[in-house]
Amino acid sequence: MNTTSLIVLLFAPLIGFLINVFFGRKMSKNLSGVVGTASVLLSFVITLLLFFSVKQPITLHLSEWFSIGKLAVNFDFVFDQLSILWLLFVTGIGTLIHIYSISYMHDDENMYKFFAYLNLFIFFMITLVAGSNLLIMFIGWEGVGLCSYLLIGFWYKNQDYNDAAKKAFIMNRIGDLGFLIGIFILGFATNTLEFSGIQQAIDVDGVVSTSGWYSIAAFCLFVGACGKSAQLPLYTWLPDAMAGPTPVSALIHAATMVTAGIFMITRMNFLFDIAPIVQNIIAVVGVTTALVAASIGLVQNDIKKVLAYSTVSQLGLMFLALGLGAYQVAVFHVITHAFFKACLFLGSGSVIHALHGEQDMRKMGGLRGSMKITYITFLIATLAIAGLPPFAGFWSKDEILLTAFHENKVLWVLATIASIMTAFYMFRLLYLTFFNEFRGTEEQKKHLHESPSLITFPLIVLAVLSALGGLISLPFGNSWLNHYLMPIFAHKEHAEHHLGATEYGLMAFAVLGALIGIGIAYNLYMKKKEVPTSDEVQGLHKVLSNKYYIDEIYMAIIVTPIYGLASFSKNFIEKYISKSVFGLGNVVSVLSIQGKKVQNGNVGFYLFAFVFSISAFLIYLFLIR
Amino acid sequence: MQSILEQVGIGNYIILSALLFCIGAFGILYRRNAIIMFMSIEIMLNAVNLLLVAFSTYHQDASGQVFVFFTMAVAAAEVAVGLAILVSIYRNIGNIDIDNLKNLKG
Repeated sequence: MNTTSLIVLLFAPLIGFLINVFFGRKMSKNLSGVVGTASVLLSFVITLLLFFSVKQPITLHLSEWFSIGKLAVNFDFVFDQLSILWLLFVTGIGTLIHIYSISYMHDDENMYKFFAYLNLFIFFMITLVAGSNLLIMFIGWEGVGLCSYLLIGFWYKNQDYNDAAKKAFIMNRIGDLGFLIGIFILGFATNTLEFSGIQQAIDVDGVVSTSGWYSIAAFCLFVGACGKSAQLPLYTWLPDAMAGPTPVSALIHAATMVTAGIFMITRMNFLFDIAPIVQNIIAVVGVTTALVAASIGLVQNDIKKVLAYSTVSQLGLMFLALGLGAYQVAVFHVITHAFFKACLFLGSGSVIHALHGEQDMRKMGGLRGSMKITYITFLIATLAIAGLPPFAGFWSKDEILLTAFHENKVLWVLATIASIMTAFYMFRLLYLTFFNEFRGTEEQKKHLHESPSLITFPLIVLAVLSALGGLISLPFGNSWLNHYLMPIFAHKEHAEHHLGATEYGLMAFAVLGALIGIGIAYNLYMKKKEVPTSDEVQGLHKVLSNKYYIDEIYMAIIVTPIYGLASFSKNFIEKYISKSVFGLGNVVSVLSIQGKKVQNGNVGFYLFAFVFSISAFLIYLFLIR
Repeated sequence: MQSILEQVGIGNYIILSALLFCIGAFGILYRRNAIIMFMSIEIMLNAVNLLLVAFSTYHQDASGQVFVFFTMAVAAAEVAVGLAILVSIYRNIGNIDIDNLKNLKG
């Protein structure tokens, strides 16, 4: 691959962004959509070519950035197996979602802005993924955070949406601070920020000399990943981020950006491998997040909120895999999750579109008849996420469970419970939305329609991928993905699970668990035709409905004290400071009012003062002193 | 032949220029007519010139006299500018009494 095409791959979305930002207002809506889509499609095509031609990692040197002492940082990008894999699904799913958005956002007056932000997001995501050192990655990291903020608050006239955008940004900032500290520590300990350089330094230093620093750095990076990938305790922004338009939820808050944390940890796998304590923390945090988010997802009534919590829960499972050192398994789940979750979000967008903005599942139902394509694709994606063979989600989730089973039985039990819950709430969602009678208004019922083909086309593609995505890493030996990613994890021996009776038993158990979850959902929402009715619920259900009161707890222990401190500063400290400042100002102003009188415009007086002062000065010098 | 300086004595020169300077200073303080003030300034300037020349001779050093030439040339230029300003003041307010020039009052 020549350098030019790599540069095009990098900058095509940025150019799309610039065109849409500067000329979008004057262009027709379709044109700005086509420009946005084409620029991402171009990146995708080049990535595909890369994917088929590259065997060795390519580095692309753009320019130098800065160098301090021994530490030199350049605008370098590296295209190796890991980044190409990520680029493939970022640009691929990005293209599909751009196509979808042309139709979905067509009635919005700021459509050109939407495409500009989406393109900017893709650009930063490519930067994040392809950067060859931590600072370039950080640029992308911050950039996608910015785009996420802009797109969550896209409908800026609604104050709640603005608040959600701010919440996402601030939560991410907390994580970013950790990431930044981690970068500083690594730069201090290894004198380089290049991934390859850090890897060499760690190989040389080994586990002995400064591994304390490395562990701290690994923990800080993990905090950053927690913020971006919505893990406990920083996950609360992700459900609120559903305020953004649905394509945004699909692209940023399900398929790509939230997996940045997993990408970063996978990229730095050599660092995490020598920090077993941090790995344990990651595994525990991951499985806890999976469990907590899944349990909240059980009782949500907003269709996008359910999907959001399921995203958090799935991310938790990926972190579990990372914590167990099974990076390629986590990557596998990232990819399959990107397929089926994007499909689910786009499907829910299609439903919301048909119901003119209704997101409450209690007012849906019976859409199976009028929205056939949406229903079928949604069904496939649901089967995939619930973990039924042969759909993609089964293979990846099963590998995570398998790894957990081999490493730690407690983690395996918790993860299994989480995936049973997943099966339950996903089918609850499916039954409430597509089955039984329609529960909305008559007006809505008249307008029920299947979405246009620009919306259904991405759905179909993603449904096919959700169905077949598992093929890239089947557990029967010779997994393509493991083989492909081999160079990334070159330094460790490859432990592919040998499939014995235990493993097949575990698979069967996982399927059984999924079927149990589905069965409970069927019993409740198909047989008894229950509809979650009022908000007056009791006991555990109430706790779950209120999301374990975590937002309220954060409010009480963090936000309220900060507000208290702020009002103390405002009412006391600032008062005295401003009094003293104003006092000084008053003294000067009184002095100058008096001093002004000296300058009375009378030349005679000036001369007198002049002569008098000189004389006084001379008398002092010659006579008195 | 005795120089004029030795006949009169340096002390008298100093007293003379001090007197001239004080006359000039008092003139500036006392008179209100701008032209007369100008003349007073010239008297002060020339008092200094006289002193410079006297000391130059006293020390047998010609540089003081050279200085005086410079001072005179600069003073001439200054007078030209100053008188031009006075003319323009006169054109504007009709007289050159400095008590009328109070527009710069703070």
